[in-house]
This record gives sequence, structure tokens and C-alpha cells, in this order.
Amino acid sequence: MNHILKSAGVAAVALAALGYAGTASAETLTIVSWGGAYTKSQVEAYQKPWIAKTGDTINSEDYNGGLAEVRAQVEAGNVTWDLVDVELSDAVRGCDEGILEPLPVEDLPTAPDGTPASEDFIAGTLHECAVGLIVWSTVYAYDTTKFSAPPMTIADFFDLEKFPGKRGMRKTPKANLEMALLADGVPADEVYEALSTPEGVKRAFAKLDTIKDDTIWWEAGAQPPQLLADGEVVMTTAYNGRLFNAIVNEKKPFEIVWDGQVWDIDLWVMPRGTPNKERAWEFIKFSSDTQRLADQAKYISYGPVRKSSFDEVLPEMQPHMPTAPANFKNPLQNDFEFWADYGDELNERFNAWLAS
Amino acid sequence: MAEAVQGSGPSPTAPKQMTMADGTPLKVALARATRRSKIRALLLVAPLLVFILITFIFPIVDMLMRSIDNPEVNEAIPLTVAELDRWDGEGMPPSAVFSAFVQEMGDRSDEQRRNLGRMGARLNYEDGGFRSLVNKSQRAAAKIQDAPLQFALVGFDKGWEDKKTWPTLDTLAETADFADVLPTTAEQLRAWETGSSPFAEKVPGAETFSTILSELATAAGNGSLDRLLPVIKAENKKLATLIEKTGAQAGDIEANPLRYALMGVDKAWGQPDTWKTIKNVSSPVTASYYLNAVDRTYDSDGNIVMQPEWKQIYVHLFMKTIYVSLGVTLACLILAYPISYLLATLPSSKGNLLLILVLLPFWTSLLVRTTSWIVLLQTQGVINDTLVFLGLISDDNRIEMIYNMTGTIIAMTHILLPFMVLPMYSVMKTISPSYMRAARSLGANPLIAFVRVYMPQTVPGIGAGSILVFILAIGYYITPALVGGQDGQLISNFIAYHMQKSLNWGLAAALGTVLLSGVLVLYWLYDRLVGIDNMKLG
Repeated sequence: MNHILKSAGVAAVALAALGYAGTASAETLTIVSWGGAYTKSQVEAYQKPWIAKTGDTINSEDYNGGLAEVRAQVEAGNVTWDLVDVELSDAVRGCDEGILEPLPVEDLPTAPDGTPASEDFIAGTLHECAVGLIVWSTVYAYDTTKFSAPPMTIADFFDLEKFPGKRGMRKTPKANLEMALLADGVPADEVYEALSTPEGVKRAFAKLDTIKDDTIWWEAGAQPPQLLADGEVVMTTAYNGRLFNAIVNEKKPFEIVWDGQVWDIDLWVMPRGTPNKERAWEFIKFSSDTQRLADQAKYISYGPVRKSSFDEVLPEMQPHMPTAPANFKNPLQNDFEFWADYGDELNERFNAWLAS
Repeated sequence: MAEAVQGSGPSPTAPKQMTMADGTPLKVALARATRRSKIRALLLVAPLLVFILITFIFPIVDMLMRSIDNPEVNEAIPLTVAELDRWDGEGMPPSAVFSAFVQEMGDRSDEQRRNLGRMGARLNYEDGGFRSLVNKSQRAAAKIQDAPLQFALVGFDKGWEDKKTWPTLDTLAETADFADVLPTTAEQLRAWETGSSPFAEKVPGAETFSTILSELATAAGNGSLDRLLPVIKAENKKLATLIEKTGAQAGDIEANPLRYALMGVDKAWGQPDTWKTIKNVSSPVTASYYLNAVDRTYDSDGNIVMQPEWKQIYVHLFMKTIYVSLGVTLACLILAYPISYLLATLPSSKGNLLLILVLLPFWTSLLVRTTSWIVLLQTQGVINDTLVFLGLISDDNRIEMIYNMTGTIIAMTHILLPFMVLPMYSVMKTISPSYMRAARSLGANPLIAFVRVYMPQTVPGIGAGSILVFILAIGYYITPALVGGQDGQLISNFIAYHMQKSLNWGLAAALGTVLLSGVLVLYWLYDRLVGIDNMKLG
């Protein structure tokens, strides 16, 4: 699905012709993100102002995460994606494998008060090959019309007796295995230690086994709110921003359970060998400045990664952020090193488990 | 005909060659004339031939190559592979392997990083955990190269980077025994400025590490170390144990510094099995993708063994694919036979109308047909709604007919039905009704006449339709992907998964080749049992 923002681009070219924008001639960037409400927030917060400023054309494409497409493009020597919004573990792995461009992160714009970017970005969100954008979270939500006594904890998600009905989960081991262990009583700070051992992996899959026959697996981030709305599932894991969109913007009767949320960050990366390297870097600098990151939080409930953007976030959005104190009681940070190292094996095992 | 040819041939009494009017032999002239028409014929088929070569033959050959091609390890660490070839597989590999390996792993150029990334992925197919091992070691190798002996000591025992070790040694360096047994180390330690700030360096330069290692080796060799140990013990017991332990191994560490350094990165590098696996995977061609496709693998000694239980999925999937395809073929046959009979026997005005009804879905996009089944079959879909409305099932017990095997079979049967109807119809159309009338007039009842006279004549149509449907079903991809849920997935969905997601193209190619050979075997069986000449496609 391509939202080609040509009309906006034409308007911007007209502005540029009036001498409004002083930058060089317009270019075309292909920017890849996760689609739906999330891509929409990026279009509103980053792309439209960029188009107005430069007159560039932006092809916005959707994908479902992972490095497969990037690796295929780089290995075939035919890179058509200029920027990709990835999870941290994929950024680290892609950088290790040399399929991502190293980025001069020290050149990122400073905060409005002059704090250098390296201090303004929260720890761990700047990387050799990647620039952080948002803090997001995998949580689960339920249909409030289906339960008189609502589920409260992550363990309730796996409790088919008390809360009968279909479940929805993302078709990947990531976050699912963590949630399974959390639900099985492993404390948040021991989850990855446990998952590094064969027994821990076995335990996580055993927990998933208990709901396997009642689970529908989704792949695109826009699917789970739809599954809930269609009544295909009574509760589902989902990205918190997509649920926010369904609950607040579409007025659906869903409720988020924040217990056992697995949070992560999303970052911009550049596939190695993109022909628009310089322009793409300009776009990264533009979109990761204080104002743009704060703007994005207007459209979707993902937290900005710059400290200087925190205060700019609208007060009515604050309680929906994964990092709001009320929501952040039993959180688990996705361990990027763990997934960079064990991702392949666990993916293979997960798919074998699904097929068996 | 045969006689006529014989009669016009050269008679045995005239051995002289026949010639044209200009004296060229007739044979040559004929060959010239036919050659021209042969070339013309070839030119006429050339576009098709080239098209098939480029779009069909070449990709299949390329796929076959990929399923045995094994360049990753050789491209990333050629020197190490050459050294490993010289290793007999007994005990640990020689130190030349380690030095080549650290050198190749430490190369941080873009190209080499990509090669190593590919190597990690390739090794990971053999043994999960290799990718992380390669990535980790790759980051460490560059540092190891700069100070091999320092990392060797730390790799041998983490005590060598303990923040107490060196300051204590620094104090001891003032004693006469220390200066006597380890003279150069003492000298270097005296020159070393620890400083009193809490951030001061607690470990001296790499040079001191190599000095103490070589002096410990000498001292342990000539026994003078025993003199020093009590002195150290008096100061710090743990340090004495460390020195004693290191002294005993110092010679080995000095001879194989990189082995110890790598073992410090990960213990796996100290196990011969790790190196045996790399050695096994370094051959330019491999059968391991095929083994993987039938749930088998190599162990570190190169024997073929079963995969661990949780990895055994492909044989099951192949069997499932074959059963589903047989089921779909049978369902199509049962549904299509009466329809085809009806089409063939109705007067053509009505028959054509019915034929259009068969062809109409055939002309509709595959995706449209599949998604319309989703609308019909889903739990909140038309069929379930109707059943609930009629009170046949309760609202809480809606039937699950999609996102499982049932959905896959229903949708595939519907989509493949025309491929069964059309060949059967065309065969039935040619069967003269007079045969049936003759059978009846000779006393057969309608059933016997149908079974003994009509049905045998439809076998070519049944054969053609069945083989067409079966072969299409066995490679079916998009319908199971859309309506199959998790247990309705067939082998082709896993081929697609390995092509697009896991990027294990070797395994995808091997799975595809196994599937292709399965189809060829079935085709051969069909030819033996029914005879391919009996097949009529229309």
C-alpha cells in the first residue's frame, strides 16, 4: 500500500517556487514503516512538514518488521528503501552484519536549550547505525462487553477457564515468550536469564501451549484491533498505539491491561547502499528533532525518545503513554541483545511449534 | 505405405548414387533443402524456446544449484578453512587455525562484515547459537589482535582483569624474591603509575601481560616459581592460586594465546566440536539442506542423525501436503463427475449455459474467490449467521470453518474444480450414446451399462483431471496462506517462508526440489499404471 503524497508534494513545489524553501532540487525518498495508525502519525508529524519544507516526494511503504527485505535488497545490490523504521534488536543485528549504513549520530540537532543530542536522547536510543524515535509497548487488551469481571494481570491472558474465548497474538516469538514466562510467575528481571536456557524456552512454549488451540495469529499491527472489533477474539496482544487509536479515535469498547507490558524502541535505519543517503540523513535529522518527536505523540500514544520532547507532549496524551507511572508498574524492556543473538533460533523453533 | 517406400527406393541392382541434373548427389541436395526448412522451423520456435529457457529451465537449474551450494564459510574465512583442512580432527585444532581465524574475524571492512554475517547465518542452520557466537567473537577479534597475550591471560582466568590483581602485584614487585624470579615484570611494574584516583587504570599495558606470561613460563619451568609463591600467599591467597595455576599452563598459553583469548569470549571455541562443525560446513557443496528438508542433520562428526524433536516438521508437512492434495483431488472427482456427465449429455443450448457457470469462477481472480470464502465461512460470516438465525447452533458455538484445515480443503476444492470438470467434459462429449444403447439392448441394466461400458471410456478424462488437480494442489500456496490459519499450512507455505522471511534460500530450494521430484515420481507412476497416452486434456 503506497500513500504517495504527490498532491502535497506538488503544493510544496509551488511554495518552493515562490522562494519559500531554499534547499536544493526536490528528490524522492522511500520511507518504510509499520502501516496503519502508526504510519499515519509519522506522515502527519514528519513527512508533511518535510514535504512543505523541501518539496520532496515521499513514497511511504508498509512492512511487518524484520530485516529480511532489507537484507535481500542489500545482497541483491538493488536498494530501493531509503529509511526503515525498525525495532532495536534488528538495528543492532543489521549493523553487526554490515547491511545498514553507519550514521554520524553526533551531527543530530541539539535540544532547543542547546543540550547535545547524545545527552538529550534517553540512554540506549542512539546507535552506531540507528536513531531512536519512539518508545512503544506490546500490551494486551480485551473487549469490555465480553467480561463482567475484567482481566487484570498478564496471567489472566493465559487463563482460559476464568476468561474463555479466543486470543490474538503476534506471529513471532518476540514478546510472546516473555509474556508467557511473566504469566508463569517469572519476575520481570529474570525473564531473559530464563529464556537463555533450554529449560526456560521449554517452559515458555509450554505456557503458550495452554492457549495455542484458541489463538489467532496476527502479523500486521493494524490487525489486532480489527480482530477485537470483529469479535474474532475476546482479547489480543497489540501495540499500545494501535489500541489507543481504536479506543480514543474510534471509540471502541476495549480496555488495555498494562501489567506485563513489553516495551521497546523504534529507530530509523538506512539500508546500506541507498542512492539517497544524504537526503535520507537530512530527513532523519529533521524528523528526530525535539518538535517533530513531540508532534508525533499528538497522533498516537507512543512516547518520544528525547527528554526535551517530554514536556511538549499534550497533557491529555500523557496517561496513554507506556511510560506513564500508572502503566509502568510491571514493565519488561525488550532485550535487544538477547533477540539479536537468539532471534533466528527462536523464530525457527516458534514456526516449527506453530506447524506441529 | 511401407511397400510404396520400398518400391520407390534405389534398387539393389543399381548401386550408383542418384544425382541431380547439375551432378550434385540427390542426398546432399535433399539435406540442403531440408536444412533450410529446419532452420526456418527453429527460428519460428526460437522465441518460445528462449522464453522457456529464461523463465523456466534457468530458474529451476539455479534452484537446484542453490540447494547444494555452500560458499558462505569459504568466502568469509578462507585461510582458516585451509588450515582446518590440515587438521586431523583429533583434539583441539593447531594454533595456525586460531591465528588465521582471529585475523579474518578481526577484519572490520564492510564486505567482510557482510561475509561474516552470512557465515553466522549459515552456521546457525547447523547449530543454533552460532550466529551469536560469530557476532560476539567478531566484535572481540579486532581487540584481541591488538593485545593477544593480554586477552589470552584474561581468557584463561578472569582473575587477570580483577581490579585487585595488578595493584597487589605492584606492591609485591618491591620484594627481592619477586625481582629475582620475575625480573622484567618487576621492572615494568615499578615503572607503572597506578595513581590513587578511583578512576585510575587498574590494569597495566599489554606489554606487562606478555612479560609476566613469558617469565612465569620460565619460572615454572626451572622451579624458581615455588620460591615466590609463599611470598605472594602471605599477601593474598587468591592471587597465589592464580599465579600457580597460570604458571602451570604458561607454556601452553604462550604457545596458543589466541585459543585462550577466544575461549575468554566464549567457551564454545575451546570445544573441538565447534571447529569440527565449521570444518564440515566449509565444503563447497553440501547435502545438509536436503537432510534438513527431510528432518535430518549432520552431527559434529559428520554422521547423519535425526534433527532434535522440536525441529522435525518437514516430513510431516510433506505427508500432510500429499494427503490434502489427494483429498482435494478426490473431492473434485466426486463433485465433477456428475456435473461433467450432465454437461456432456444435455442438449447443447442448456449445456453451454451450464458450462459458462463452470467457467465463470474460473475466470474470476483467485484472490477474489479465496476472500469470498472467508466472508462465507468465518465465525461471524454468512453461513454461521444463517445457522444461528435458524437456531441450528447457538451464538456461542459458532462453527470454525476457516483459518484451519477445513477452510483450506473447502477453498482449494472449489478453486480447482474447473480443472477437473473441463478434461472430463471433453472426454465425455466424445463418447457416443450408441454404446450405451447397445449395452442396454444386449440386456445390461442401466447401472451395469454405466459401470461396464460408460465409465471405462471416461478413464482418460478422470486421469487427466486428477493428475492436473493433484499437481496444482501439491504446490498450492496462496489459498492455504490466506485461509489455512496455523494448521492448514502446506509445504509451499514453508518454502515461501524460507524464501521471504528466514532467507534460508538453500533450504527453500531443497524443499522445492524434493517437492518437484515427488511430483515427477508420481507422474512416472501414473504413466506406468494408466499410461500417459491415455490422458486427454481436451
